[in-house]
Amino acid sequence: MPKGEIVLGCLAPHPPHVVYAENPDQNEPVSEGGWETLRWGYNRLARKLKTIDYDALVIFTPHWQTYIGTHFLGLPEFKSKSVDPVFPNIFRYNYDIKVDVELSEIMREKASEHGIITKMMRNQDFRVDYGTITSCHMLNPDWDKPIVTISSNRNAHYYSAEVMNEQAAALGRACAEAIEESGKKVVLISSHSLSHRHFVTESPLPEDMSREHIYNHSQYVWDMKLVDLMREGKMRELIDILPEFTEQTIAETEAGGLTWMMSAMGFPQYSAEIYGYQSVIGTGNLVAAWDPNAVTREIVL
Amino acid sequence: MEESDILFGIYCPPHPQPLLSPEASEGYAKLRQAYDTCRERIENSDADLIIVYSTTWPSIIGHQIQAHPEPEWVHVDDDFHYLGSMPYKFKMDVDFAECLRDSAKERGLHSRTIAYEGFPIDTGSVVALKLLNPDNRIPACIVSSNMYANRAETIVLGKSIRDALAKQGKKAIAVVVSSLSNRMFTEHIDPTEDRIHSPKDDEWNRKILEFFADGRLEDLSQLSREIHGQIRVQKVVAYKPAWWMAATMGQHNNYHGEVLAYEALHGSGGAVVTLTPSSGSFGDKEFDEDDVEYYHGDRDVLDKGML
Ligand SMILES: [Fe+2]
Repeated sequence: MPKGEIVLGCLAPHPPHVVYAENPDQNEPVSEGGWETLRWGYNRLARKLKTIDYDALVIFTPHWQTYIGTHFLGLPEFKSKSVDPVFPNIFRYNYDIKVDVELSEIMREKASEHGIITKMMRNQDFRVDYGTITSCHMLNPDWDKPIVTISSNRNAHYYSAEVMNEQAAALGRACAEAIEESGKKVVLISSHSLSHRHFVTESPLPEDMSREHIYNHSQYVWDMKLVDLMREGKMRELIDILPEFTEQTIAETEAGGLTWMMSAMGFPQYSAEIYGYQSVIGTGNLVAAWDPNAVTREIVL
Repeated sequence: MEESDILFGIYCPPHPQPLLSPEASEGYAKLRQAYDTCRERIENSDADLIIVYSTTWPSIIGHQIQAHPEPEWVHVDDDFHYLGSMPYKFKMDVDFAECLRDSAKERGLHSRTIAYEGFPIDTGSVVALKLLNPDNRIPACIVSSNMYANRAETIVLGKSIRDALAKQGKKAIAVVVSSLSNRMFTEHIDPTEDRIHSPKDDEWNRKILEFFADGRLEDLSQLSREIHGQIRVQKVVAYKPAWWMAATMGQHNNYHGEVLAYEALHGSGGAVVTLTPSSGSFGDKEFDEDDVEYYHGDRDVLDKGML
């Protein structure tokens, strides 16, 4: 069996607003659009994904929060409705998701061998989190590939952002080994915003773009610092300053997704493809991708 | 003494073991028993509704209030999914929810009711309502805990609940769903070997329970920032349950307190406590924290300091 490989890594933020703005059949609320810079970037990355040969999407999500180890989805299908607990007015999504349980189990096993506390999630009533659904919908609206969701262990809460960085990196190495052994071609998804301070009020029409802006300028400056490092292909440096970024911008990187993905990809020293940056209810959101194949790697924006 | 609109208050833990696996350890069974005692007391009271403030329902857009008349779903906990599912069907007091939303707005808070099929009611609220009010004998109201809110907003939220109860002439049971110390073990454990995560957490929990037993609710409210620093994992900006409970029930120490159980829940401090308004007081201390009646937004501390 040939070795498996990671064929693309995607930074895919999950404000439910972008799904709401797309008006897919699965989502009950209807919008007049909004957040185009982010959505059009997503649409373009989704088109690139269509040109790539892969078997499964593996996603690390901040909205399946576990304190007792790292958990993996462990049943072949989940079909239900996801209602966002924070923005139920804009996200009530009927989903039908296929899971690559075989891949999920290999990753869990490898993580466990690396000393990480793990658990398979095998309760059929479990609701898949809206982070997984939003990022996967935007990257693959046809839902024609199986996924694996990995929970985010909250090391940043229990210890510090530094400990989170170390443990997420260890999980990334374990997942990379598992993917190699599986013989599968895998797309990784790190599902989160960058800076993450929200406005605590919402305009009557959530998609009123005349009201949308970053929470404050220092959040923006930090976000741009990260984008620059991504463009320059300095992912090791970026991950090294991530604890400080996370603390200063209360960033959603606190869950460990970006560290996990970059570690699994060996801390790329090539430029990231930048697809779009926009604020959503004050938070900073970037769509980006890391393409290990130098032939297909592009300068997008 | 003027009769309170809150007949009594309950402080109880959010984790699902007392509901799903009370037989797994002696401690879980004791917590379950304590819930059962509270359930009986609610049944024997003439309360019109149960108001739940759950630390496991965070919100961002102000405070959210559950207003679906009969929310129904099968809930599964993020960590403890292997203990089983929690099917629920509750009865909400929609009139009260709407009145509370308006009362909160009158006091300057951003608040909204939510009524959506399939809305994910949080583990803490599901556990509390299933154990305390299993047959939906009386309706309930669940309010969220805003993750950015600090003391002023939380106190004002409590006061707006008092306003709403007064407007509607209703008697309620106030339920806070929260751990004491909230650090859990980061590995899976044998439930029979469950214990409080550290002696420090245990010592602080016992100190808090001493205050509860003495009925010193306002003293606890005043101690909240210290409690947050000492024994709370820093997931949110502050330890808010005692602020909410004091503002909702009355900011004083005139309570009869009873600690019905105190046990470990995967390392966290799980206590079931009741507080009943009484006439005797432990005596009010000299409080450091200001009282606040209306919420006027965040104070621009830096702006004000500039010449
Ligand atoms: Fe998020």
